[in-house]
Amino acid sequence: MAVITVNGKRHEVQASPDTPLLYVLRNELDLNGPKFGCGLAQCGACTVHVGGRPVLSCSTPVSAVEAPVTTIEGLGTPEKPRPLQSAFVAEQAAQCGYCINGIVMTAAAFLRENPRPSDAQVRKALDGNLCRCGTHMRILRAVKKAAGVAV
Amino acid sequence: MNGPMNHRMNRREFLTGAGALVVSFSIPLPAGAQQAPNPRLEQLDAWLAVGGDGKVTVFCGKVELGTGIQTALAQIVADELDVAFERVHIIMGDTALCQNQGPTVGSQSIPNGGTQLRQAAAEARHTLVGLAAARLGAPADRLTVSDGAVMAPGGAKLSYAEVLGNRKFDRKLDRKVKPKASSALKVVGQSIQRVDIPGKVYGTHAYVQNIRLPGMVHGRVVRPPRQKAVVARVDESSVKGLPGNVRVARKGNFVAVVADREEQAIAAARSLKVEWSSAAQLPEMKDLPAVVKATPAVERVLAAAGDVENGMAGAARALQAEYFIPFQMHASIGPSCALADVRPDGVTLWSPTQSSFNVRDSVATLLGRPASQVRLIWVEGSGCYGQNGADDVTADAALLSQLVGRPVRVQWMRHDEHVHEPMTPAMVIGVRAGLDRDGGVVAWDYLLRSPNHGKRPAFGMAGNMIAGAELGMPERYGIVGADRNARHSYQFPHNRVRFGLMDSSVLRNSSLRGLGSPQNTFANESFMDELAAAAGADPIAFRIRHLKDPRAIAVLEEVAKLSRWDTRPSPRKDRTRAAGDRRAVTGRGVAFVQYNNTGAYVALVAQVRLERKSGKVRVERVFVAHDCGLIVNPDGLRNQIEGNVIQGLSRALLEEVQFDRSGVKSVDWRGYPIMRFSDVPQEIGISLINRPEQPALGAGEPAGSPIFAAVANAIFDATGGRLRSVPFTPERVRAVLA
Repeated sequence: MAVITVNGKRHEVQASPDTPLLYVLRNELDLNGPKFGCGLAQCGACTVHVGGRPVLSCSTPVSAVEAPVTTIEGLGTPEKPRPLQSAFVAEQAAQCGYCINGIVMTAAAFLRENPRPSDAQVRKALDGNLCRCGTHMRILRAVKKAAGVAV
Repeated sequence: MNGPMNHRMNRREFLTGAGALVVSFSIPLPAGAQQAPNPRLEQLDAWLAVGGDGKVTVFCGKVELGTGIQTALAQIVADELDVAFERVHIIMGDTALCQNQGPTVGSQSIPNGGTQLRQAAAEARHTLVGLAAARLGAPADRLTVSDGAVMAPGGAKLSYAEVLGNRKFDRKLDRKVKPKASSALKVVGQSIQRVDIPGKVYGTHAYVQNIRLPGMVHGRVVRPPRQKAVVARVDESSVKGLPGNVRVARKGNFVAVVADREEQAIAAARSLKVEWSSAAQLPEMKDLPAVVKATPAVERVLAAAGDVENGMAGAARALQAEYFIPFQMHASIGPSCALADVRPDGVTLWSPTQSSFNVRDSVATLLGRPASQVRLIWVEGSGCYGQNGADDVTADAALLSQLVGRPVRVQWMRHDEHVHEPMTPAMVIGVRAGLDRDGGVVAWDYLLRSPNHGKRPAFGMAGNMIAGAELGMPERYGIVGADRNARHSYQFPHNRVRFGLMDSSVLRNSSLRGLGSPQNTFANESFMDELAAAAGADPIAFRIRHLKDPRAIAVLEEVAKLSRWDTRPSPRKDRTRAAGDRRAVTGRGVAFVQYNNTGAYVALVAQVRLERKSGKVRVERVFVAHDCGLIVNPDGLRNQIEGNVIQGLSRALLEEVQFDRSGVKSVDWRGYPIMRFSDVPQEIGISLINRPEQPALGAGEPAGSPIFAAVANAIFDATGGRLRSVPFTPERVRAVLA
């Protein structure tokens, strides 16, 4: 039986090894942050961190997960907010919010590697994440705000 | 959302419960308990309640689609009641608790829904103050209210909770109480942060996709690529041996599977072998404009002034053009999802629908149950922008639960959503006009052809939803909507606007944001630009010359200022190359709309940069002047305008549903690309014109309408090439530059 660590907690996986990580997170651990968007690694809504790197959980078999997993629930909470998530709230950077999990997770990993990105770098980093409501301008502002870049 | 969910809670239990809808699910109720009937709309208690803790609960028939109305409506109620914003909690779209305020459509949640709630809140305040006056021994008109505390001149006070907490108003709405003057509003007009955004940012927001019911199974539907195909054979042996207690459910042409776990249901749906008998073939995609024109249509005259034929005959110059807009889809990021628990003693649905009451009624028909036995609990889904798969998946879950006798969660797969959601239909618009010697428009003759844009569940008909159609149940439709903004706002001596309502559509069709408005505005505002160019006039000056309404003129003047409009005719003569790129050219275009002819006024300028060789268009800046009357939440409004702009740009530049003779080929994001971060503009500049004395006109759709034309007009300005078909792909741009 595979064992994964999610948000600091050990979990014995019930699903078969080829099951995408997303369904284990959502249906065994009852985590609601990572979303099913396409199941095809095309939209980014399911993004989580594995070993600190962004991973599309809809297309990652749970058996391939060897490093600790962090979901958006493990990133920050309203009680212990992270600057990135605070910036999303401050900029009101959501509409329906279904894509926001993936965008926050992608941006969090990106900012760790690129603490002072340019506008073009932020855009490029988020290009794999689709948003249909058209909240892009606010999201860009929020990410740059969290990075301490003038917005 | 875990733990046992009671689905037959009535209003009383709800009101005495812990408050939030999510929490209330845990209140136990004996199975089979009857739902309380909806109090009549005329009763104040039907709209809101004051709790013993001073909390105000609002029962709202409109729902949150990601536009922020939950916050905006709470602002309206808080202001009218004189309570702090934080005290107001809104329950939305639950057929057992809320009022039927009609579907959440047409940018009407604030204008209609808000007005109803505002009136109810005003009468509630009047009642509460009256009750307090009797107890305080002071005349009502001497009392003041601050955050739900009624104060007498001498300092004695009573809170709303003390006056009425947990008890009923027991009073009919008389509609004699006048809401506050807009000058007295304090909460309305503020950019209060949206109540739903923190949960969305911290990953805790309760989407319908996140609901889990005790004992539920996961379902997936199995559908053919073509509409109206007939099941010839289902080979159940193809899923034999798959894990998860897989069951195949079939009724008529409805085929689905359930399994214990979600991934097991997905695997089973993928493995199930179904043979479909041939359905009618679709036309070739390249023939779509010709098919639209050849489809039988019933013609209506929407506007007729003067004598168009005479006007055209007397014109110094005549122009004509034809515009085409393809099928486009809602393309929600989350595929539609719903849950259903169909039991002998009652049916509960958890659905992200825009039409709680209509879907409840249509699902009742689908299941052969009276609507009184069906409760639909609305839960937010992924943004829908109109009728996506939300209603269909609700029917799927209900039918599947009935067939397997278990609570079922169905989430569509990406291909289900892309292929089967009802799309905005392809339209062809022909327009001709005559100019007089002074370059004024003397005659205008407009003919649009389109099928219905409004095929939502209605009239209790199950056939309006895919599952019902698969069972051969009848369909019946109401609104059309293709003609939204077919009529322009200009003053022309001779004017005719006609609408040919087609009797069929190549692909399944219904409502996408704005219905026919973006398409009609594309034709109207592109052709106005063609006329301005023919007259040698500046595009903004040409529009203002033909407008009378001062609010229309004001938004055009405002957008000219905001965008530092370069007053001159299009196309630009200098064809100045964009800085730093010898092959690129730039241009600006404008478009105007009064949404739905009675709604918000929008003037929009797009600035484009275009590579001549590749034909690739980039919209660098967009400027919007927006007048929707009274503004409830300025930042929320800006969020909506930005969203409309980007979604509109995506539709203008990228989006066209691909199909061949066998069915829809845009089955995923590769086959139906939408705008990405790299391609969104550098800047969206917005000027809000607030008119507190005017009614709120709604803002969910208006700014999306002028975009196609503003971009086409900017491309024309940059190149002299005129795009008359959406989307403006590099191929189409290169074709008009050749």
